[in-house]
Amino acid sequence: MSKVSDTMAWIDERIPLTATWNKHVGQYYAPKNFNFWYYFGSLALLVLVIQIVTGIFLTMNYKPDGDLAFKSVEYIMRDVNWGWLIRYMHSTGASMFFVVVYLHMMRGIMYGSYKKPRELLWIFGMLIYLVLMAEAFMGYLLPWGQMSYWGAQVIISLFGAIPWVGDAITLWLRGDYVVSDATLNRFFALHVIAMPLVLVGLVFVHIIALHEVGSNNPDGNDIKKVKGADGKPLDGIPFHPYYTVKDLVGVTVFLIIFFAIVFFAPEMGGYFLEHANYIPADPLKTPEHIAPVWYFTPYYAILRAMPDKLLGVMAMFAAIAVLFFLPWLDRNPVRSIRYRSAAYKAILAAFVIAFIILGYYGMQPVTPMGTIISRLCALIYFGFFVALFFISKNEKTKPVPERVTY
Amino acid sequence: MAADNVASNGGSAPAVDQKRRRLLTTGVGVVGAAGAVALGIPFISSMSPSARAKAAGAPVEVDISKLEPGQRVIVEWRGKPVWVVRRTDELLASLETVKGELRDIESDDSEQPEYAKNVHRSIKPEVLIMVGICTHLGCSPTYRPDVAAADLGADWQGGFFCPCHGSKFDISGRVYKGVPAPTNLTVPPHQYLTETRIRVGSDGGQA
Repeated sequence: MSKVSDTMAWIDERIPLTATWNKHVGQYYAPKNFNFWYYFGSLALLVLVIQIVTGIFLTMNYKPDGDLAFKSVEYIMRDVNWGWLIRYMHSTGASMFFVVVYLHMMRGIMYGSYKKPRELLWIFGMLIYLVLMAEAFMGYLLPWGQMSYWGAQVIISLFGAIPWVGDAITLWLRGDYVVSDATLNRFFALHVIAMPLVLVGLVFVHIIALHEVGSNNPDGNDIKKVKGADGKPLDGIPFHPYYTVKDLVGVTVFLIIFFAIVFFAPEMGGYFLEHANYIPADPLKTPEHIAPVWYFTPYYAILRAMPDKLLGVMAMFAAIAVLFFLPWLDRNPVRSIRYRSAAYKAILAAFVIAFIILGYYGMQPVTPMGTIISRLCALIYFGFFVALFFISKNEKTKPVPERVTY
Repeated sequence: MAADNVASNGGSAPAVDQKRRRLLTTGVGVVGAAGAVALGIPFISSMSPSARAKAAGAPVEVDISKLEPGQRVIVEWRGKPVWVVRRTDELLASLETVKGELRDIESDDSEQPEYAKNVHRSIKPEVLIMVGICTHLGCSPTYRPDVAAADLGADWQGGFFCPCHGSKFDISGRVYKGVPAPTNLTVPPHQYLTETRIRVGSDGGQA
């Protein structure tokens, strides 16, 4: 035996290194018909690593203090060696995180990856999405610009709509009577340590759940049903080297786009870093037009569309909560969109279009026309889930093939 | 199971008393949970406003001798913007004409001291003192005394408009119907020290 295998054997007797590698990478059989939609899971992991690493370096120069925060960010941008690069990677990473997560979720919806036996996998994914939103929201307060300040003011005030205890909760969340230094300091603590820990834990559980049930595929059939003489799925290939190499191609393309943004359009015309956030926080003056960053705007549009405070807040939270129930709202056992009815494709298309239009109007100033369109799109958004529940019961589907197709 | 029951003296093990075991397990669980809750209280409580934050609520004084009709000044009280507006006669006249479009005309569901619970929501009709925080989600509305403003419609009588979510208020801070804000803007406790000096944040116990 060579020195290397001796060492491996020594380790394996003490911790299951080889077994773990094989279970999750070397001998993890994934369907061989993955298309480009399957890049976004590994890309989400990549962005998580980028955020954690750049975040650690940002905290070395950032000051979570109402008087110093804004200046310390400008200090990072101007005086710290490569500070601009680290900060722009972090701010671009935040937006790109949502880009890949939204595409990842779209993949899951299209190919029915939330259906039995992957319900928990979907729910853990939704929890990741929820924590990611909290993480992004808290991070956005830290530069202590006008948009940071008033965005936090609005979002915390959302909890004030809860009957009876609302005001007490908002006071507790802020730690002061208005958004202040106390709020900034606690958001820093949560953004830098609490939420990332939860996030990493959930990502771990998400992957464990995935590897327990196995990956779905664009055909939505089960590759474990057709196995070869060696007991391996005929339509499966080991994750390594096949998908590690494939994902590397995705990573390359992604990083080209990522750094093109970092170098040439880090503010993305005000969509990634809003212009009003280059003005220090002023508790006495709300910017003329305030809007959240683009990834929150569909829900923000739903909030604004409602003529009542409590109703608006409830609709906004319901819009996220309803996604948790997707595995039970869709009663059709056929997973992939490829073999589902025209009616299903139509409502899914309407849902996606409504979501995008809501996202657009969530960024615009309030106009009567915008409110009407937002209301209509909010109706389509919720209507999708209602329609899905009824359509999926007796849907005319095409036969799902036994083996995967391309 | 078998191994658990082997007594050290090698004799036959007594039967496990499941009832006693359950009682002890439940007891330890309940006491432990109570301890965990008790330990949680200081941590939860530490996030509430600190003694320093609570103390920083001193009243502020405003001099309005140089405030022209139609003008507004903003002062800071408890970290919040407080508006002081000297209203013109035209703006005051609008308080009657907009009545039909308001949600809480008499300010019954809104926050104000007793002496400001009237149509002009102030002590002196022309001088408005108001917390400039929207009752919807806490933005600070804009002061829009321009009658029939292009973006607010030809029937706009002057008042306050919240750019965040489109809530409209009349020039007394009374909320319009069909907008997201639930109640009128809040009037803080205040009193006149002299004809032109106002103290915001305390009214000497008048309310």
